[in-house]
Amino acid sequence: MSEQEKISKNRFHGLWALTNRDLKKWYQNPVVFVMGIIQPILWLALLGKAMNLSGMFSVSQLPAMPTLSPPLTTSQALTLGHYFSGLQGSIMNSTFNTTSYFSFMAMGMVAFVTVFTTAFVGMSVVWDRRLGFLNKVLSTPVSRSSIIISKVLSASIRSIFQAAIVTVIAYLLGLQLGANFTAFSVFGVFAIVFLIGFGLSSLFTAICLRATRMETPQALFNLITLPLMFASSAYFPINLMPSWLKPVADANPISYTIDAVRRLMIFSNGYGQLPLDFAFVGAFAIIITLICVVLSWRYLNK
Amino acid sequence: MSEEEEIIKVEGLTKVFNHSLTAVDHINFGVRHGEIFGFLGPNGAGKTTTINMLITVMKPTEGKATILGGDIAKQSLDVRGAIGVVPQEYTADEDLTGYENIILCADLYGIPKTVSKKRAMDLLQLVELTQFKDKRVQTYSGGMRRRLELACGLINRPKVLFLDEPTLGLDVQTRAATWNYVKMLKKEFGMTLFLTTHYLEEADALCDRIAIIDHGRIVVVGTPTELKDSLGGDIITLGIQKEEDITDLISKVEHVKEVKKENGSYMIKSSNGELTAPLIIEALRKSGHVVTKLSLTKPTLNEVYLQYTGRSMRDAEESRETVMQQRVAMRRARQ
Repeated sequence: MSEQEKISKNRFHGLWALTNRDLKKWYQNPVVFVMGIIQPILWLALLGKAMNLSGMFSVSQLPAMPTLSPPLTTSQALTLGHYFSGLQGSIMNSTFNTTSYFSFMAMGMVAFVTVFTTAFVGMSVVWDRRLGFLNKVLSTPVSRSSIIISKVLSASIRSIFQAAIVTVIAYLLGLQLGANFTAFSVFGVFAIVFLIGFGLSSLFTAICLRATRMETPQALFNLITLPLMFASSAYFPINLMPSWLKPVADANPISYTIDAVRRLMIFSNGYGQLPLDFAFVGAFAIIITLICVVLSWRYLNK
Repeated sequence: MSEEEEIIKVEGLTKVFNHSLTAVDHINFGVRHGEIFGFLGPNGAGKTTTINMLITVMKPTEGKATILGGDIAKQSLDVRGAIGVVPQEYTADEDLTGYENIILCADLYGIPKTVSKKRAMDLLQLVELTQFKDKRVQTYSGGMRRRLELACGLINRPKVLFLDEPTLGLDVQTRAATWNYVKMLKKEFGMTLFLTTHYLEEADALCDRIAIIDHGRIVVVGTPTELKDSLGGDIITLGIQKEEDITDLISKVEHVKEVKKENGSYMIKSSNGELTAPLIIEALRKSGHVVTKLSLTKPTLNEVYLQYTGRSMRDAEESRETVMQQRVAMRRARQ
């Protein structure tokens, strides 16, 4: 054993090996993999289709016209008829920027599924600590940052895959693509999902750096994910929210992610604040990841 | 590198948890090139804490240590690259195969794939896991997992290998096999080994030198023979037919250091039991006494342990469940 091999001096050696290990646990485990596909189907097919907002505004739901005297002329009745039949589309369009609430919510789901996918990264950090795997990795010449980034990277890659599944399922269930949609939009969606996935998984990883019990991430999971989802534009547009909730939703990176996804996929009135969306989510990802890496230098040990 | 050169140097190493629990208390020792150095002590004595500091996964509160010239606090990445670690727990990833686990370890050390593939196969052969290499680790037995951990610890061809309780919870057969691996590593590869154990037989059978650690302090360091000799030698137990005090008679025999009468038997300490026993029999026969029973006991490390800590090592040992509970409690205290 005297010969000395050339050992990689690359600072990030081992990063891909660790990332690939986490990904293997996902794609080699049929239950986890299939559940990752079934879950978005359930959300979209059941919740997405059940909340049929457009149905609420259909003409048949409106009260019958009162009988007027003198009766309307034929042309007046026609105009009024046109007005009412256009009312639904017009209200939907001004509220949701699209006539299909399903499409509106399906694109919110893209962000939703990212939150859930990345939340699991926290549990995987705790598992690795409990099972001793983390201790082994810590005793090898892999930098602490590589250990952290591998977790974050694998969760971000999974997020992209999950977002793609949601988009495909939504399309099969009747997603109405907007005029903004081009082939390039798909890559734009993947990019923003990757960024938000990076930021969120850094957040969950940072929380679990010192955790030794599964209860910790599970408790924090609900505390963080639910406000992130409800105080965002996932289900309802921000400009119709009460004034106290607006600032929260406006600072929520999930809102920017969802806005970007909708502008790319289902809106028809131009890209608008798309650059701002990318800048905000990108800054969120970079700042949170940096914080997480710095914390890992101090707290990721025995 | 000379035999006497110290590969591991430890000066005043100390670890205090939560500002109150002193797990390791200003310990000093050196490990020489090519030796098997053992840390012997009961559970909670500070063995694992010491190893964790040496392998740089835990920061010392005070003191310093160097391994192969590298400071464990300042050059931790270099130190980690040069040493191998076989931890107490099973750390392999259960969802991966044995082969995948070894390759993953190789990647963590930055060993290129061209090298690691061949080396992994060699190591699997060494620990006799070749036929199970493509089975997931969750199907492995305890002994197989232990061997896989050993293979992972050797992937970077370390100059120093750290083994934390290498045979904890293993059956007698697997324990003997593990001892053989450890001896082979020293003999075939000239590796320096640092191991912790709370099994006296293990320390006696494997180690060139032993440090006995108790309550975070090293109470004595030496070869097993030196330690046993420090007790004053062998013990001869002897009984005679007549109820008569022969203490003075025995004291005059060559090599006899001490004679004590206990329950009608005589406990005789001698620096050389094999030589002394016939001389005593001869002396007694000449003065007309008949020896009815005689036994010769070589001192064991248990007596050494008793001598230096005031407690029997056997008393300090507990059931495996208590050990596990203690370990969980310790781990929580450290968080």
